[in-house]
Amino acid sequence: MAARHTDSLVQPRLAVSEAEGRAVLEPSGDWLIETIGQMDRQVRAVERDHSVKALHLDVSGLGRIDTSGAYLLGRPLRQGDDPVPEGRISGDHPVAARLIREVHARMDHCPPEEASGWGLRKMLTRLGAGTEHVLDEAWDTLGFFGHTLVTLGASLLNPARLRWTSTVHLMETVGINALPIIAALSFFIGAVVAFMGASLLETFGASIFTVDLVGISVLREFGVLITAIMLAGRSDSAFTASIGSMKMQQEIDAMRVIGLDPYEVLVVPRVIACVVMAPLLTLAAMLAGLFGGLLVSWVTLDVSPSFFLTRLQNVVDWTHFMVGMSKAPVFGLVIAIIGCRQGMKVGGDVESLGQRTTASVVQAIFMVIVIDALFALMYLEADI
Amino acid sequence: MSTRPLIEVRGLVTRFGSHVVHDGLDLEVRRGEVMGIVGGSGSGKSVLLHTILGLKAPDGGEIFFDGRPLSRMTAAERAALERRWGVLFQGSALFSSLTVRENILVPIREHVSLPPALMDEIADLKLGLAGLGTDAINKYPSELSGGMKKRAGLARALALDPDVLFLDEPTAGLDPISAAAFDELIRELCETLGLTILLVTHDLDTLHAVCDRVAVIAEKRIIAVDTIARLATNSHPWIQDYFGGPRGRAALRS
Ligand SMILES: Nc1ncnc2c1ncn2[C@@H]1O[C@H](COP(=O)(O)OP(=O)(O)OP(=O)(O)O)[C@@H](O)[C@H]1O
Ligand SMILES: [Mg+2]
Repeated sequence: MAARHTDSLVQPRLAVSEAEGRAVLEPSGDWLIETIGQMDRQVRAVERDHSVKALHLDVSGLGRIDTSGAYLLGRPLRQGDDPVPEGRISGDHPVAARLIREVHARMDHCPPEEASGWGLRKMLTRLGAGTEHVLDEAWDTLGFFGHTLVTLGASLLNPARLRWTSTVHLMETVGINALPIIAALSFFIGAVVAFMGASLLETFGASIFTVDLVGISVLREFGVLITAIMLAGRSDSAFTASIGSMKMQQEIDAMRVIGLDPYEVLVVPRVIACVVMAPLLTLAAMLAGLFGGLLVSWVTLDVSPSFFLTRLQNVVDWTHFMVGMSKAPVFGLVIAIIGCRQGMKVGGDVESLGQRTTASVVQAIFMVIVIDALFALMYLEADI
Repeated sequence: MSTRPLIEVRGLVTRFGSHVVHDGLDLEVRRGEVMGIVGGSGSGKSVLLHTILGLKAPDGGEIFFDGRPLSRMTAAERAALERRWGVLFQGSALFSSLTVRENILVPIREHVSLPPALMDEIADLKLGLAGLGTDAINKYPSELSGGMKKRAGLARALALDPDVLFLDEPTAGLDPISAAAFDELIRELCETLGLTILLVTHDLDTLHAVCDRVAVIAEKRIIAVDTIARLATNSHPWIQDYFGGPRGRAALRS
């Protein structure tokens, strides 16, 4: 009986013979989960056409049976939760009657799944819920921001409490490991800007201004933006995923009961790592971008590197560099906080981990661009 | 064919790096029996189960299923075999993004075609067999207690009425009443459906109530396979401690 070969299954059948006001169900063949699919309709028809009290079951012709088959055969005999009365199941079968009774006794009917409709009302509800969610998110982020700043302040006042090892380790993964990709991207952006500048400005015979263009755009915007976007894509998602899976495995709860503050252990080192490494990465990005511009100018415009550098020093003011640099720590802070907060928000299932990681990258990049625009407005007003 | 044991493990060696878990382990599970596996924590019971299931490749030795070596089966043969297995993992391993009902339905949807209404009823049935209350069916695994997860895992293992059940500590985390109901269910399924069960457990009452034979893992191999009554008289010191300790004696007496 144990070895069940799907090729040797006998199709199940159900014969119903009626006599003296009783209906006797005579199943034959194998009533197994593989085969009973097509019997469901017929059994339902029997349930509909006969009263429960008149039904009897004769299992003598039955082949093999499993719990699912036993459930389906026993279903017409069900009367609420009462056990199947003696005498209703007859016939010779090694296990059928026993299995049907056993299954009947253990079966509970469960509530169905909640249906989700798609009406106009549903849509409006979703819209409202979505709006509320966005507001909640913003409010929550502010709360998290405040909490983190307080913990950060406390940690800085008492540096012995800082997790130096993990901070330094994070600086390496956030900073050093991201250096090659950020430098490479920035190099190409610098090169592209120089190319476009060269071909546009040449029409005015002002191609030498390419140097100014590359210098200002890379120092003011591109260096820091590329760094921030790479940090958001690379480190922010890593923060969310690692804190989120700790949350899922209850590691954060374990920390709390042991007396560790998750903000101090997990968030503060990440914030420090990002705030410290963002300016350094930005510096590298600026240098690489300028280098890209320099190479392109040299090849397409015949501007020698020494001339490029002299002109850069003469016309491009230090303030551009300062403007770019001043944004870096702010971006680092925002990115770290969004990544950590989304990680802390992960629920118990894998799905939410994925959703939170996506949300964290999207929010981080969004915030970086918005803050960059605010900075631009501010410096414009201040004439810097 | 039926005189051969259903599962045969011959000279199994498994290791993680330099850490040898099994060294020349032999085990035979007969058709239709409930085989218990006991051993200290970390003695390699779960690893043995995983190896038999093909989740970890053996570093030596061979595993036979129905007389055929697992390592030389084609993908189709393996799939047919896996279709006959039901597995409950030690950590339940429920799919966290699906509700309990959907979890139970995963193997059913994959392997058989049933009308949707009947499918839902069968999910209810499996849940009832595993002894989980009806209000749990639309919950997600993260909303369940530890014992409820175990039972949902059991319901999923039973979904296709498998011929062979692999259970890793099925009663861990269950209250004694549920554990007793579980024992009764296992006996009932074995007697009516002729299931073969490989059961890892630390629960002495379950061992007494359901196992035909018990295999003891120690010193990287199976040191004894026998009925409980005869194991209790085995002179190996670990077995003596196990069945002769206060808990072992209490369970033997009852
Ligand atoms: N993925 C792994 N990597 C390295 N070592 C492992 C791994 N899984 C298990 N081990 C080691 O194998 C040994 C056996 O582990 P196993 O999980 O089989 O124990 P067990 O007998 O099931 O214990 P318990 O009763 O506590 O469940 C342990 O020493 C464990 O450290
Ligand atoms: Mg284990």
